[in-house]
Amino acid sequence: MTVLQVEELDCRYGLLQAVREVSLQVEHGETVALIGANGAGKTTLLRAIAGAHRPHAGRILMDGVDITHVPAHRRVALGLALVPEGRRLFPGLTVEENLRVAAAGGRRGRWNLQSVLEAFPLLQPRRRMPAANLSGGEQQAVAIGRALMSNPRILLLDEVSLGLAPVVVGAVYRSLAEVIGGGSTVLLVEQDLTRALRVAGRVVCLLEGRVVLQGDAASLDRDRVVDAYFGLRRPAVGGAPA
Amino acid sequence: MILLNAVVQGIFLGAFYAVLACGLSIMFGVMRIINLAHGDIAVLGAYIAFVIVERTGVSAFVAFAAALPIMLVLGYVLQLTVLERSLKAGILTPLLATFGLSIVIQNLLLLTFSPDVRSLGGAAGGFTTASWHVTSQLSVSALGVLVLAVAVVVFGLLQLFLSRTRAGWAMRATAEDADAAELVGIDSRSVYARATAIAVAIASLGGLFLAIRSVFDPASGPTQLIFAFEAVVIGGLGSLWGTLVGGIALGLAQTLGAQINPEFSVLAGHLLFLTVLVVRFGGGRITLRTLRLAR
Amino acid sequence: MNVRRWTGTSKAFTGGTVAVAIGLAFVPLVFDPDVVQKLTDLLILVLLAAMWNALAGYGGLLSVGQQAFIGVGAYATVFFASLGITPYVAMVLAMLLAGAVSIPISLFALRLRAAQFAIGMWVIAEVLSILVRLDQNLGAGTGISLIEMNQFDPNYRQAYTFWLALAFTALFLSALFFLLRSPLGASLQAIRDDEEAARSLGVRVASRKRLLFVLAGFGCGAAGVLVVANTLFIEPGSVFSVQWTAYMIFMVLVGGLGTFEGPILGAILLFAIQTTFTQGGPWYLVGLGATATLFALALPRGLWGTIEQRLGLRLLPVGYRVESRQLETPAQS
Repeated sequence: MTVLQVEELDCRYGLLQAVREVSLQVEHGETVALIGANGAGKTTLLRAIAGAHRPHAGRILMDGVDITHVPAHRRVALGLALVPEGRRLFPGLTVEENLRVAAAGGRRGRWNLQSVLEAFPLLQPRRRMPAANLSGGEQQAVAIGRALMSNPRILLLDEVSLGLAPVVVGAVYRSLAEVIGGGSTVLLVEQDLTRALRVAGRVVCLLEGRVVLQGDAASLDRDRVVDAYFGLRRPAVGGAPA
Repeated sequence: MILLNAVVQGIFLGAFYAVLACGLSIMFGVMRIINLAHGDIAVLGAYIAFVIVERTGVSAFVAFAAALPIMLVLGYVLQLTVLERSLKAGILTPLLATFGLSIVIQNLLLLTFSPDVRSLGGAAGGFTTASWHVTSQLSVSALGVLVLAVAVVVFGLLQLFLSRTRAGWAMRATAEDADAAELVGIDSRSVYARATAIAVAIASLGGLFLAIRSVFDPASGPTQLIFAFEAVVIGGLGSLWGTLVGGIALGLAQTLGAQINPEFSVLAGHLLFLTVLVVRFGGGRITLRTLRLAR
Repeated sequence: MNVRRWTGTSKAFTGGTVAVAIGLAFVPLVFDPDVVQKLTDLLILVLLAAMWNALAGYGGLLSVGQQAFIGVGAYATVFFASLGITPYVAMVLAMLLAGAVSIPISLFALRLRAAQFAIGMWVIAEVLSILVRLDQNLGAGTGISLIEMNQFDPNYRQAYTFWLALAFTALFLSALFFLLRSPLGASLQAIRDDEEAARSLGVRVASRKRLLFVLAGFGCGAAGVLVVANTLFIEPGSVFSVQWTAYMIFMVLVGGLGTFEGPILGAILLFAIQTTFTQGGPWYLVGLGATATLFALALPRGLWGTIEQRLGLRLLPVGYRVESRQLETPAQS
């Protein structure tokens, strides 16, 4: 069953086109990794799906329903949650307040304050600390927990490894495995190619706003992925040989 | 003893300024807007209460209770029509738009009510005149105590709202990062509207106190705005309890200045304000990331 | 690619403007003193609009307190005249004093950010107003007259005042004009578009803003001088009133914030409205306020800014025009 469908999406910043004619599908229970170099349009695409960026053209459908013009906060109530790039916690609010403020959507499910704190035990002793005082890894845990509080059907994760030490990234992904393993649908952006291929069932590669490669992580040739990532062996414009 | 009396009066006056300033502080804290029509909105609240008192003869306090829902709705409308648009436009736009609004309100009041000064002192029961004469030189007015008590309660309730309720967290979250707030399911538009409604309602409470403790007319707005703004700045932009402290500091400056010369009172407040600005070199160092709305 | 400063249109218009200015000099010889007085009012409005626009439109400085300098200019005139100085010389001195006063104020005020600057300037105006009220020699709260003007025949007095107004307006408009055409002008545009970026390019933002602030101090001081010269009586409540700011905001917002011609258009409009609605009272002020708000929200470029944008028109050459010529197609390889 297709939970998320993106059709010919076009996103711009003024005159700059960040996402061009992107189409993709995510089935229920899948984990799809969105990969690509910096500036490829991955964050813009995720933000557009989450409702934080209004697309110039194209459609976004969730469970077959067109949500292209639904504001971001309502998409959360529909079951779509984004863990933003850079975490974007509310610095003056405590860990607990950061988590509880995100539960307003009222969706039922396994995630509440208690279960989130159990899933990320490192947060328990810090629950009354202002979020600004946490370490990078702790903040990432809160950011993921915050998204989970709305019991999303689709979880979007933007670069959860950004700015974190490799050891910490490992811990974050281990916690994520619990979430991912639980049958949720996940669309994640990950710069680290190896990790992306390991974690995801399917991979979509973006380059300069376009989809240049899609396929099952297991069956894709790694070299092919790297080529697509960097845009090698593209037919050059103007007819000059590669 | 005379000095002590001035201090007591200063605290009472300051509490009044704090109530007046509270709404301005909320709007700045949540939306980073300084509403130049704030004083006129307070005066508008006073006029609405005045009309109710004239028509029905109830006490000023009952009239205020009746006026409150009107002011709350007005706040919502203000946000959704004028302020929302100016939020997206730039730093100068909210100032310009609310300045125009200020002129509109003042002159509409002038057309409706004439320039005569009014007062609600007569409709406040015994509060306007009752006082305890502690000594021959020190008297504590019932109204002053009431305003101080109300100020503390209002600020306290706001603090509780912001730190204990989900709507309060949502407001703080939106103030810190409206974009991220949307991403966790918070409707920032309605948070802003709520903040403006609360700000307008508290402003009208300030207007009520203005009407009871002295007189008001359609042109009283700008003066109240200046005092409110001075209180907010003295206490530190972005700090809720700071506004209470700032208001009291302003009140004290004015009453103590009056001790030197009665004509110096307002001037003393202005000088304190300007001094605070000079010392802070920018009027309260707030960085958006460390906004201390509830702390 | 051709970068031009003057186009046919702008040459014609600038020439026309100079001609108009020279023509205006003949006004007192042609019209009654009443009309001359009203036209002096118009020139005051033009001057104020241009100065407020210099601050807000070119410097991004929204001041709700320029009436401070209007008041200083007016009261300084009275003061110098009372010392026995010839009134018209006193006026020039007063204008200089107002400008001089703006310099120390700028050291403090320009450190302030948007809202604090706006209201800080207002409070400064209020402080000056209170100080005047406390001074019996300046007439305190009841006001004071420029009695030294009685030595002139009313007709001549009105003419001299008008010519002074014309001189001041021409002076400050020209100063602004040349300022905008100079390299300073380009850096001002940069500051207005993106202050951080401009600063990173080495543009000395602070000194540019100070220049505008002090220019506006002199200009608004000149306006204050003209106010007392034209009406002969001033009181703190009116000359230090925030109402002046209301007029300035209206003229600049409606005319066109950040354009050179816009404020002049706005001033002419306000003058026309004031003359038509003399009996309007509060209704006309409601209209002014509502219009200003509407323009702030819906037409931020003002009338002239919108026209300029739509037609690509620039009557006075304060900017650059880039024109591309037909590029030759490269030879096919």
